[in-house]
Amino acid sequence: MNRTLTPAREIEGMELVYERPSTLTDIRMHYCPGCAHGVVHRVLMEVVKEMGIQEQTVGVAPVGCSVFAYNYMDVDMQQAAHGRASAVATGIKRVLPDKFVFSYQGDGDLAAIGTGETIHTVNRGENILIVFINNGIYGMTGGQMAPTTLLGMVTSTTPYGRDSAVMGFPLKITDLVAHLPGAYYVSRQAAHTPTTVRKLKKALRNAMEYQKLKRGTCFVEVVSNCPSGWKMAPNEANQWMEKNMFAMYPLGDLKVPTPS
Amino acid sequence: MVQHDHEPRLMKGNEALAESALRAGLEAYFGYPITPQSEILEYFTAEAPNRKCVVLQAESELAAINMVFGAAGAGARVMTSSSSPGISLMQEGLSYMASAQLPCLVVNVNRGGPGLGTIQPAQGDYFQATKGGGHGDYRLIVLAPSSVQEMADFVFDAFRLADEYRNPAMILADGALGQMMEKVTLPTEGSLPHSRQSWATTGKTADRERNIITSLFIQPEKMEQVNLALQKKYARLQQEARFEAFQTGDAEIILVAFGLAARICQKALELARAKGIKAGLLRPITLYPFPSKAFTSLSPDVMSLLTVELNSGQMVEDVRLAVNGKQPVYFAGRMGGMIPTPEDILREIERVVSMQTVPEEGGVR
Repeated sequence: MNRTLTPAREIEGMELVYERPSTLTDIRMHYCPGCAHGVVHRVLMEVVKEMGIQEQTVGVAPVGCSVFAYNYMDVDMQQAAHGRASAVATGIKRVLPDKFVFSYQGDGDLAAIGTGETIHTVNRGENILIVFINNGIYGMTGGQMAPTTLLGMVTSTTPYGRDSAVMGFPLKITDLVAHLPGAYYVSRQAAHTPTTVRKLKKALRNAMEYQKLKRGTCFVEVVSNCPSGWKMAPNEANQWMEKNMFAMYPLGDLKVPTPS
Repeated sequence: MVQHDHEPRLMKGNEALAESALRAGLEAYFGYPITPQSEILEYFTAEAPNRKCVVLQAESELAAINMVFGAAGAGARVMTSSSSPGISLMQEGLSYMASAQLPCLVVNVNRGGPGLGTIQPAQGDYFQATKGGGHGDYRLIVLAPSSVQEMADFVFDAFRLADEYRNPAMILADGALGQMMEKVTLPTEGSLPHSRQSWATTGKTADRERNIITSLFIQPEKMEQVNLALQKKYARLQQEARFEAFQTGDAEIILVAFGLAARICQKALELARAKGIKAGLLRPITLYPFPSKAFTSLSPDVMSLLTVELNSGQMVEDVRLAVNGKQPVYFAGRMGGMIPTPEDILREIERVVSMQTVPEEGGVR
């Protein structure tokens, strides 16, 4: 059946309330059903569009499911080696100090193999935004234990549940970086309900705006899900996340700028 | 064309290299301390306030090379420097840069290894420098200075080649060249223009598609095409091969050496000539591309070649491939930061000359 669809914006008397921001490409995302990456990509690109900074934004996508973020975000981007996104972002920002630079990293990338880069980037107060997607698992490689995996949580490399005696404890790296003097704004958000998405967008907007001040690193964690890795239906995954992940990683601001 | 100052200066190799880089329009340096090249980082940090160059001491060589990646992707003229163990840590980043086709300069002031090794000069990183070093099929452009003058000059050559071929370039020096002081006439500031490239991530403007710097090509068909393009580039790169020949016209034995070893061989050559031995010296300047043609056009008078290196025999494999069995190729070298004297090499020359028809054996160890 052939139907010609009239773009919503062309229908007289109708108010357009929702559309794909022009800062996202029209490429269908590869993410699994229920995964929050798509939402976070969109919200971040909405912020870029609303601030009118598409021409001044450079992103960094390292190894993980979101390595293909550069297919979807319509801004200049670099793909980084596993764990090195914040070092790559440092290199970009140092030679282009007036651009808006962000990295978009998962928990394995930022809090395991890239811990050193994360700590030192924030400690230097690099004027970048680090978006940290924490879903407690390695998604891309098939659901292995991450540094943020909860105790008792079953993954493909903790088939009997994460045991602290053997595998240590969930790493609350966002709490850790919040203590560093180079951190300017640190916040932990989620992206699974309209309310949390609105709050996330506000946090990302704050972080991007703060980048103009050049007073330090902005760090926004998004506590997220991984329905495929967790082997749960999307809704079930979100419920599990609320009950278990939020208990370990409570949402809210960890460090806000103090009036100077 | 690169201009030079009129007045020579007396400088350490490491410092001459750093000053030359600033004069080459260096926009960013990222490094991490390691002996015997820390003077490079120290020179940059001292000069940074007065020069238009970003200078940052990274938390590791791993971070440093990835900062170089980011800055190069953003279109900046950028470099790092280190010594052997630190260069090993940078191999992942170099593989990514080669794949993403990012230009940069990496300086390796080679010290004795393997492992933490010693801080004394060595050439044990020849394989690592010329055969790729990290994972995958790729090459660096490798220049081997043998004087403080060349430590300075090759910075300009390396940046020019890196930009032209969109490939990381390496200066493979050693602890002695880095530390020794010699007279040097520095290249003049501003004689190596650099403009931001169209592929750089400087912010997507309305008149172009977004620029993506990546080394990820997950479809094998695409990955193969990327590899074919790289190999085509390396084939084109062969035209940049450079070497220097000393007294090879009538030579019956040809010494082959690069960098510091070539300096020692020059003295050994004088000693041999004084004894009536018709010796010559071929000094590869580019280690990759390797100047193979220098060996295919040798005179029929050449009876043998003697490769001298500060390692167990690495470049000698490329010499043998180039000579392709036409003459016997012998090897002499020392390892672990030990350096042969010209007299040591003279003894090797005499030994080779005395057994010119005997199949080769190992050299001094």
